[in-house]
Amino acid sequence: MLTLETIRDRILEAVPDAGVEIISNPGPSGQDSLLVSSGHGLAIALFLRDDPELRFDYCSNVTGVDWLDKTVKEKVIVREDDEDVETQVERVVPGYLEVVYHLYSISKKHGPVVLRLRTADRNEGVELPSLTPVWKSAEFQEREVLDLYGIRFTGHPDPTRLLMWENFEGHPMRKDYCAPDDDEPGDPITARERKEEAS
Amino acid sequence: MIAIPDCSFNTTENRDPAAELLELSLGPQHPSTHGVFRMNAVLDGETVVRLQPVFGYLHRNHEKIAENVSYLASIPYTDRLDYLCSLTNNWAYALSVEKLTGLDVPERAEYIRIILAELTRLQNHTAFLGFLLGDMGAWGTALMYGFRQREKVLDLFESLTGSRMMSNYMRFGGCRCDFPEGWLEQARTVIDEYPEFLDEMEQLLVSNEILISRTQGVGAISPERAINAGLSGPILRATGVDYDIRKVDRYGIYDRFSFRIPIGDQGDTYDRMMMRLLEMRESLKILKAAIDEIPDGPIVNPKAKLRNLRPPEGEAYGRIESPKGELGFYLISDKQPQPYRFRVRPPSLINLTLLEEMSIGHKIADVMVILGSIDIVLGEVDR
Repeated sequence: MLTLETIRDRILEAVPDAGVEIISNPGPSGQDSLLVSSGHGLAIALFLRDDPELRFDYCSNVTGVDWLDKTVKEKVIVREDDEDVETQVERVVPGYLEVVYHLYSISKKHGPVVLRLRTADRNEGVELPSLTPVWKSAEFQEREVLDLYGIRFTGHPDPTRLLMWENFEGHPMRKDYCAPDDDEPGDPITARERKEEAS
Repeated sequence: MIAIPDCSFNTTENRDPAAELLELSLGPQHPSTHGVFRMNAVLDGETVVRLQPVFGYLHRNHEKIAENVSYLASIPYTDRLDYLCSLTNNWAYALSVEKLTGLDVPERAEYIRIILAELTRLQNHTAFLGFLLGDMGAWGTALMYGFRQREKVLDLFESLTGSRMMSNYMRFGGCRCDFPEGWLEQARTVIDEYPEFLDEMEQLLVSNEILISRTQGVGAISPERAINAGLSGPILRATGVDYDIRKVDRYGIYDRFSFRIPIGDQGDTYDRMMMRLLEMRESLKILKAAIDEIPDGPIVNPKAKLRNLRPPEGEAYGRIESPKGELGFYLISDKQPQPYRFRVRPPSLINLTLLEEMSIGHKIADVMVILGSIDIVLGEVDR
């Protein structure tokens, strides 16, 4: 198989103004991934599938990942009373949701290439292009990501929940999801648990 | 009540446009849905016009549970995914964690894994044949024939792992315990008796005229569609695609054994059934060779850490050829005792992608056979 750098260069050749970045994997598995700008996701997917040398015709695994807001501590030099003072400042790096596609090629028998698409944030800008028109295998899996992570896929043929029921609120796989307290009121066991938790 | 959908894509060309369509909900409690699976079918007379699978009746968010417990504690949960094949589930998970931590597996453990995985394939396909015949109306007899044989394999599992189905056996970097005394001899007897059972099953079933008319040409799909829809395992190979992860990835020590990959031609229900019958014969070859060649030695890598395992930062996707298809685990570690992300790539769910395409234009009774030939387990579909 071609190296990830070559694949990136070929994508940039075919889809000139696309943003493609290699995300290195520090672990021993060595599976690096390609971060792709969401605006060009569909064009890049089509290129990866149809390019005669790459032929990633098999989209095996589609999944979501939730990255929470991160607080980063930084040292900043502030001028105070004509003196440079070093102080620590906390800065919040906004979180995002991510969709990860694992692509293989059945005709060329190579892979995987890991494709990542990121949303703008975790609240409003959770829209990403659906790759179901390129690989039908993404149909149920993208519905699952929609269901459990709340990513809206534009261009999906049936954007409904897959596993949870229709009127369910929230997205259970998000890291900050709290399960509703649906214990029966007045249940002595729950009451005892609450008491133990509080103490 | 769901509104009757637009049926303009109906493949039955000479359909009377004035004829009324019937919406039928099949399942979730129905023996031929193999668990709690529901299909909303729209029928024109007896012909399927539209079919919509409904999931989630067995959903317990296995992935969320796994993200809140340690790596080791997830192994018993993986047993309950595809509960017919818990040993291959264990292997897929252990393989992914080994990729994540960069751990080797001793040779004897690799042999044990292959022996158990192929035994799992045998008993899964045996049960599959019984269930499929049950779906066709041969209720009971074929299933009991299959179960009688499958029980011999489950006895082997029980004497090794302590449980017939919920094995909790594979560990990161090896296996939990070695074979008890006389296990390999017992396994050899089971394997030696298996071809006789397969011959009998083939004679009883494959030349049966009713079976042929119920399966040939039913639910056929093209190889291009099968690849695009991500089908895997025997139902992908039934369409004529030569793709078996045991041969492509050569995980474990599969490259040391000589076996062939059966390939279908039509991609119909008959081919999907025959794939299983032929695969069992190939599994027997692997089993015979593995039992003959298995070396002595340790069964677990001494460097392996089970409790309080904190893999280095990174991610890994490991996959194996489970009896149902490509079973993968995608793990992300952030150096904590729990995985940051734990994802199961369920072959049973993704193999259902083309259920509607396979069923449209066939009779409602054929839908049961088509569903049976895909071979799903709802513990894995819904997770």
